[in-house]
Amino acid sequence: MIKAINITKRYSQKLALDAINLSIPKGSVYGLLGPNGAGKTSFIRIMNQITAPDEGQVSFGDKALQPSDIARIGYLPEERGLYKKMKVGEQVLYLARLKGLSTTEAKLRAKKWFERLEMADFWEKKVEDLSKGMAQKVQFVTTVLHEPELLIFDEPFTGFDPINTNLIKREILRLSKEGATVIFSTHRMESVEEICDHIGLINNGQVMVEGPLLDIRKRYQNGTYSFVVKEAIEHWGQGTVMQESKHHTGHSYEVKFKDYPRTMIGELAAKGTLVAFEEVLPSVQDIFIEIVENGAKLVPHE
Amino acid sequence: MNNPILLIIQREFLSRVRKKTFLLVTILGPLVFAALLIVPGILASMPEDDKNIIVLDEATLIIPEEGRGEYHLEYMDPRENDLGTAKKFFSESAYDALLYIPSGENWDPDFIKNNILLFGKEDPSINMVQFLDGILEDRLNKQKLLRNGVDPEVVAQSATQVSIQSYTVGEEGEEEQQSATGLKMGLGYIAGFFIYFFIFFYSVMVMRGVIEEKSSRIVEVIISSVRPFQLMMGKILGIGSVGVVQFIIWVVLSGGIYLAATTLLFPEALAEQAAAGPGNAEAASIQGFEVFDQLRSINFPLIIGGFIFYFFAGYFLYSAMFAALGSAIDQEADSQQFMLPVTVPMIIAILTAANVIQDPNGSYAFWMSVIPFTAPISMMIRLPFGIPIWQVFVSGAILIGTFFAMVALAGKIYRVGILMYGKKITWKELYKWLRH
Repeated sequence: MIKAINITKRYSQKLALDAINLSIPKGSVYGLLGPNGAGKTSFIRIMNQITAPDEGQVSFGDKALQPSDIARIGYLPEERGLYKKMKVGEQVLYLARLKGLSTTEAKLRAKKWFERLEMADFWEKKVEDLSKGMAQKVQFVTTVLHEPELLIFDEPFTGFDPINTNLIKREILRLSKEGATVIFSTHRMESVEEICDHIGLINNGQVMVEGPLLDIRKRYQNGTYSFVVKEAIEHWGQGTVMQESKHHTGHSYEVKFKDYPRTMIGELAAKGTLVAFEEVLPSVQDIFIEIVENGAKLVPHE
Repeated sequence: MNNPILLIIQREFLSRVRKKTFLLVTILGPLVFAALLIVPGILASMPEDDKNIIVLDEATLIIPEEGRGEYHLEYMDPRENDLGTAKKFFSESAYDALLYIPSGENWDPDFIKNNILLFGKEDPSINMVQFLDGILEDRLNKQKLLRNGVDPEVVAQSATQVSIQSYTVGEEGEEEQQSATGLKMGLGYIAGFFIYFFIFFYSVMVMRGVIEEKSSRIVEVIISSVRPFQLMMGKILGIGSVGVVQFIIWVVLSGGIYLAATTLLFPEALAEQAAAGPGNAEAASIQGFEVFDQLRSINFPLIIGGFIFYFFAGYFLYSAMFAALGSAIDQEADSQQFMLPVTVPMIIAILTAANVIQDPNGSYAFWMSVIPFTAPISMMIRLPFGIPIWQVFVSGAILIGTFFAMVALAGKIYRVGILMYGKKITWKELYKWLRH
């Protein structure tokens, strides 16, 4: 859907993006990850044509990004807000018309969304009279109203209350099912595993890792396996115990091995004590921390 | 496809015109303006309170003058009183002022003129001082003439007042018009002041709008749909059209109120004019006729056309600068330090309006109306006096050129500024943004 080819962006002294290559597949929910100041927002602004890259280009679909493509993108910026003195309905229509919708079409769709999200009585209110949570819902509707093929959310959950966070997660997934491509930028990893099927991790203006989430987690698998056994095990052979816990049905261990622990499994199985065995995939959080802290960079995934 | 600039203009326009404050300012504006025109007239025609002045005239210079209008003179007997007792009497009395005229040693007019004293319970008004000065000077002049053996009556008869009738001659030499310097000065001042006020008022409105979008954080949402330049131009044009609508309403309302007020307050003057009628021109009051003649000598289409042109061009120039400023700051409170340097040219133009009026075709006036930052004001001051048309074109062309350059520069700063938060800006920083 979106391909970034050798994008470089410089601000007076700082190199915000250093020849990055990213590829966001159509229909994916793509997590654009990275610590604060990594260059996420710079890249997002380039996709939205708010700023132009110094070098490189972005393709949208199979053509270079066009000015008219802004109507195909829905963008919820990190710095977001609404006109405080304007009525909600008028404001939603105004923003939709800026995206190219006709007034009648915009009104029709807005009414539907307002029904769905139980906010029909907001229409005639001024934004300044809404609660923060209500304003967040309005903001979300303005982002998706023109039914964009590409949705970009920059830190969507900062500043949103838990109820709206869930609501938006649900709606993002629904829109994704209906065919929209979603880019989801954040420095908080909790929600990434729930929502995203692809991730790209940026640090210091460079792509550290990119690809399907599951593949990346497998690639970062470091030989840790979880065992559930009926009775406590003292010796794990070559393995180092990372975590252990006791519960009423038995004991759980996370053990790190150099190789696949074939012998160990054999022994435990023979004893008849092994209840469950599973490969432990690192969480996005772990991968993120490892990459950011150790600067580990993998060869881009093919 | 909707035209985004039109949408933005529409929003900027409607959101302001529908505000209660717009209605208030639009209605109160002409009331205040009409009041400025009418109230001084009413006040001036109102009689002042009576003033009673007690006079100790040791020189018997002005006895038995009784005063005029609201000033009444009464005398103390100089044989029974001196300045000390007079002051004591005055402070206990209800009189408003005490005038003391000493006689000096030899009744020397030059001594007397320097030693006349006036005491009041509060500061005596300028009018009172002028009134007394008039009487005293008249008497002293006469006394001096008499002393030199000249008959004051002869002097009075030989006093002559000259009234020059001035004309301007058109380039062909035939066309003569009565010039009306006073009226032109008034028009120049009013037009210059109005254009200053309008440019300033609406440019600041643009800046406020930009700051509002920035501080409410909606700006990034908008510029993901339109180009920053479109947003800036839409805002400038939208607010400019608010200005035009407000101006038209003001002109119509002011005219209406002024007419209504003059018919109600000064009906006899109008009745007189009406009675005179067109066929009875000879009988028409000479004064009214003069004003009519003078009005005819002023090129009103040029002035009105000039006002509209210079308002727009000046407003575009300044509002572009104010938009750039607004984009660079997060809060309106930070705007003061940057506003002053930007508005200095306009302030200079308004402060030196008198220099331009004194010599509307001099080189100071010329340069002020060519420099684009002062041109809207200085040119409006000059226009009523009639100036070479090529100067209007030169000044207009430079102004338009500068305005395009400024819009381009402002657009560059604006583009960077609206996305910049929490940064204390300096002029150096702004310069860097230009080169982004």
